[in-house]
Amino acid sequence: MSGLSIEKISMRFDLPNGGSVQALKDVSLHLNEGELMSVPGPSGCGKTTLLNIVAGFLAPTEGQIVMNGHTVTGPDAERGMVFQQGALFEWMSVRDNVSFGPRMKGQREADYRGEVDHLLEVVGLQEFKEKAIYELSGGMQQRVALARCLANDPDVILMDEPLGALDALTREKMQSLVLKLWKETGKTIILITHSVEEALLLGERLLVMAPRPGRIHKEYQLHFADMGVDQDLREVKKHPEFAKNREEILGMIWDMEEEIMGRTEAAQ
Amino acid sequence: MIPILIYVAMFVAAYFVVKLVTAGTQRQDFTSLKTVTFGDESAVVSDRKASIISIIAIIVLWGAFTGSVLLPGFLHAPGPFTGDGTFTYTVETADGQRDDATVTLLVHPSGEPADAPEVAPGEGFAKDDSVAIAAYRSKLARLDQNDEIGRDEGARIVAVNGQPIAPGGEVATDFGRVVMSQRGTLNIDPDKGWQMEPIWLPAPENVFTRMGEIASEGFRNFTLWEHLGYSLMRVVVGFALGALVGIPLGYAMGLSNWFRGWFDPIVEFMRPVPPLALIPLVIIWAGIGEGGKIILLFLAALWIMAIAARSGVSGVNISKVHAAYSLGASKAQLMRYVIIPNSLPEIFTGARVAMGVCWGTVVAAELVAAEKGAGMMIMVASKFQNTDIVIMGIILIGVIGFGIDMLMRWAERVLVPWKGKS
Repeated sequence: MSGLSIEKISMRFDLPNGGSVQALKDVSLHLNEGELMSVPGPSGCGKTTLLNIVAGFLAPTEGQIVMNGHTVTGPDAERGMVFQQGALFEWMSVRDNVSFGPRMKGQREADYRGEVDHLLEVVGLQEFKEKAIYELSGGMQQRVALARCLANDPDVILMDEPLGALDALTREKMQSLVLKLWKETGKTIILITHSVEEALLLGERLLVMAPRPGRIHKEYQLHFADMGVDQDLREVKKHPEFAKNREEILGMIWDMEEEIMGRTEAAQ
Repeated sequence: MIPILIYVAMFVAAYFVVKLVTAGTQRQDFTSLKTVTFGDESAVVSDRKASIISIIAIIVLWGAFTGSVLLPGFLHAPGPFTGDGTFTYTVETADGQRDDATVTLLVHPSGEPADAPEVAPGEGFAKDDSVAIAAYRSKLARLDQNDEIGRDEGARIVAVNGQPIAPGGEVATDFGRVVMSQRGTLNIDPDKGWQMEPIWLPAPENVFTRMGEIASEGFRNFTLWEHLGYSLMRVVVGFALGALVGIPLGYAMGLSNWFRGWFDPIVEFMRPVPPLALIPLVIIWAGIGEGGKIILLFLAALWIMAIAARSGVSGVNISKVHAAYSLGASKAQLMRYVIIPNSLPEIFTGARVAMGVCWGTVVAAELVAAEKGAGMMIMVASKFQNTDIVIMGIILIGVIGFGIDMLMRWAERVLVPWKGKS
């Protein structure tokens, strides 16, 4: 079976004080090739843990991730990751960062040069390719991170709050870029975000997770991502259905937060 | 005390003079437009003018208190009394007779011995005397030895320049003072002035002349360059060996539980032991030759470099490691392209500290025992009271230490330009 299957994942780990935390419980879902799924949720609902399990950085206590017919046991070039920040290599130029994946595979410069230059063009950094990472702004750095991930040609791209550290304006531009890259490359993408609006704008599927233990609360199928490919994102946000969905999801997350606070207070 | 007060006065005076001279020529850069500067560290920049005046002030002070020829005479602090002087003393015999005698003294600069002037004995039973004294020295003078009635016959000195004097007392004269000891002998003590005797602090030009002399003639069978070169060679070899072992050790400690557990107690124990405390043990084990010194410097650098490399590895942002693995890097590639470059800034900081410690340690080790080296040079010189060589050595050691640090900073700027910028 092609695509990415998350099969009955549970994650529980012991704490130093003797207790234990159930971070995820029975999470199952299937992603087809080329799907973009966004995952908003209250903090502590296990969405980053889930992403780290899919990436292969953490082993789940139960269940498994199956990708293109094989079980995931560790990180691999087939699953690329874009981090919030600080994951670029400061000791390399922009171009060397982007060509890192191909170089690690032992490709020669002639083999990857065209693709790397093309990607730098797409993310608008052609002029900056010889610059050092620390000379770039935060938005430019995230564009490098996107290009670096794409240059490695992974089947799935995992994004952990990739736009979380950017200012509002840069963030909007980057959202358009993510949509554009998704349509152009047809990659499967999982996007973790704090912003419900961002999740609605970018997610073809939207997964709301509930905390303690982390589990799937509700799933939406949306068409805003398709609208956003050839429309201004600000126009998409004006859509009445967009506002309705946003209020509904925000309400859901609010309720979860209140429930947790209530439970914590009751426990005290 | 007086030099310190003068120095403080120079500091304050220079501040106001510079302020007065540069008034109205303030640059309008961003920092100068800040209104909050007290407490804003970034608004405090080193004032070049102050630095230059500071160095000049030290040399002026040094010259003024050593009578340096580099300074015009009016800047000199009062020097010691030199030249001729006289005083009279009055002797009273046991039966009450009194007689005066004149003492002529010649105070000559130290290093230029002179004979006491010849004087006629004069009249009376107390005969005139003459004394030669080197500058900065005093002299106990048995003035009664040529008198007809001396101390052995019951005579004693009761006045100097007509002023009565008793054992333990003193009389001021135009050349300084005359003190009477508890046993009734006069101690002639010419004024020493405020300047330092060359044996305590030689004038700057003497130090530089001596530097030229040693640079051309050498010191104790070795040229100056050999002395300094050997010290530097020991530092470089000791540091290189320490880094060669310490950096891989630090990496291993940063990457493996077993290595971390095994070496943590050793490293944490050895780190606070000052390398100087190891000198006796190293001398017992390895003798005073090159081997012992290099072992000592190796030990001085080893722990610093191991800890620097360890924290360089632990300091890597986990996102970078995850990113490299998801981009398909193997463990060896992760090491080569991520862990090592990421730890370089820490390693450079460690190397700067280690080089400084090694330089200090080598000088100290050479002070204890060595045939050649910067430390040996000043130690031997001090035994012969060659203060000029001691000061020259200290200046050279300081300059080289500063040079090493500058070199390391330059290498850091060139090799790890991303330091502190992520």
